[in-house]
Amino acid sequence: MSVAEASITRSVVGRAARGERTRDLLFRVALLLCMLVAVLFLAALVVDVAIDGAPILGPDFVTSYPSRIAPESSGVRSALLGTVYLMGLCALFIVPVGVAAAVYLEEYARPERWYNRLVEVNIQNLASVPSVVYGILGLAFIVRGPIDVWGLGQGQPTLLAGALTLGLLVLPVVIIVAREAIRAVPSSIREASLALGATEWQTTWRQVLPSATAGIATGVILALSRAIGETAPLILVGAAAFQRFDPAIDGQFSALPIQIFNNVTEPEAIFRDLAAATILVLLLLLLVMNSIAVLLRNRYETKW
Amino acid sequence: MERAPDPTTRAPADGGGLTRRRTRRSVGERAVLGFLGAAAVLSVLTTTGIVLTLVVESIPFFEHVAPKEFLTGTGWSPLAGGGSQAFGVLPLVWSTLYLTLVALAVAIPLGLGVGILLAEYASARVRRTVKPVVEVLAGVPTIVFGYFALTFLTPLLQEHLGIELQIFNGLSAGIVLGILVLPTIASVSEDAMSAVPQSLREGAFGLGAAKRQVVVRVVFPAALSGIVAALVLGASRAIGETVVILVAAGNTPSLTTDLGTAHQNMAAFIANVARSDVSAGSVAYDTIFAVGLTLFAITLALNLVAIRFVRRYRQVYE
Repeated sequence: MSVAEASITRSVVGRAARGERTRDLLFRVALLLCMLVAVLFLAALVVDVAIDGAPILGPDFVTSYPSRIAPESSGVRSALLGTVYLMGLCALFIVPVGVAAAVYLEEYARPERWYNRLVEVNIQNLASVPSVVYGILGLAFIVRGPIDVWGLGQGQPTLLAGALTLGLLVLPVVIIVAREAIRAVPSSIREASLALGATEWQTTWRQVLPSATAGIATGVILALSRAIGETAPLILVGAAAFQRFDPAIDGQFSALPIQIFNNVTEPEAIFRDLAAATILVLLLLLLVMNSIAVLLRNRYETKW
Repeated sequence: MERAPDPTTRAPADGGGLTRRRTRRSVGERAVLGFLGAAAVLSVLTTTGIVLTLVVESIPFFEHVAPKEFLTGTGWSPLAGGGSQAFGVLPLVWSTLYLTLVALAVAIPLGLGVGILLAEYASARVRRTVKPVVEVLAGVPTIVFGYFALTFLTPLLQEHLGIELQIFNGLSAGIVLGILVLPTIASVSEDAMSAVPQSLREGAFGLGAAKRQVVVRVVFPAALSGIVAALVLGASRAIGETVVILVAAGNTPSLTTDLGTAHQNMAAFIANVARSDVSAGSVAYDTIFAVGLTLFAITLALNLVAIRFVRRYRQVYE
């Protein structure tokens, strides 16, 4: 290569590199802008809700019943209690069932069998079914239908029906996260246990599950915090608005998202602020749950 | 580990008892396995329950309204009084897809931008701030987004940007819907790009490529199947979203491209019928199931396409 050629090559490369440097910079700026939009959006959302809702939020707001007639003294008592009950029942349902399904798929199922593959594909698909469709299932199958085995509601909406509907909705989340946690337990633990004469179930119950507890608990909280914010399935199942009495398992119930929704749809401005205050209660509840999840993860997570 | 005497440690001592105890234990084991299997089967039963409900409960509706009229009609007003009811689902389907399109127009550039930033550019410090923002956004209940669209974004667009909008409009609902699916697209595409092996990047750098070229021409194409999956997941979330539309977009589906007027998607329609005082058993009430069936079919088809696409175009790296 002659000297002239070499210098041409160098200058071409140099120019390309310089042009590329500008483009690279622009690209970085564009990416940062994307992030900035997301951050700004979240900030605007929180600030907007806080400005509207904070003046109303107080002890009275939490302890009084919602009211359509006297919005000045309206609160969230029945909705907050409803949400807490829903979460409790939902957890009672999804923890055993979700963990059992995850254990089955990870520890027992042979993936080459068609029925096991069916279950796997099915769980993937269930995770993307719109929540309103679960609401239809809850309405037709649990509230009015064959699954109302307890005969509790006699076709009327009950808290139990709501909790079961939400449980079915978030079950795929629990299963998927619990499977990951179980898979993360190294197989040497299982082999050692089996080699000492433990049965498969003894190995699972005494070695694998305790080691996976942190991950499973995180998954359950994740699932519950999704269930807590769901509005559509509860509208379908028939949750009440402006309920003036405490919820019961076999009776009419309300929930925070339902209360927010009904406040938002009222025309007068004061209901908007009530909605914002209710949103603050819901967000605080979510914050507490997520903090617990983070604590659990930090405290009990095992590094292999 | 536990204090409880473990039968297995004594088992070898009494040779004769070994088989008996093994048999007894294996019965228990089988019972446990049965319970675990039943829990896994519950998920299949859920799907069966959904399909059965939608199909069986739609039958009375389709006895009254011909499927052809339902699928091709351009007027939708099942809640109207007297003889002015119309049962053509097209306006609902159109509004659903149109709002999803608006949402994707917002969410694809922003979501992919955040995904690329997290996967390829972010330093540990930036990741520590961006990741939580994305996670928090993903965890905010959708009713909050609906509230935000109605009470913040719509007035903002009307007053400060001077856009002609009705109080209930497709524009702010669509934009907020986009922000709603942003975290899905960002985190799934981030995972896809992080899974691209480092050797591909190093190879490209070794050939003299700049960072942006590596990201755009090597990492992005290599992660394409995962990125497509991210987009389809985002789209199916937007299609099935209920309350944002219900709160912010009003309740009149229409075959218009005008975002300044009210829109209604399928999910919001279903919720709207459920909370109205339409009596159970009437044709208007049964639209819940017919529209639910349509919505379920669309999201299922989308999901199956996504799974197939990912399988066919996935590059396997060792």
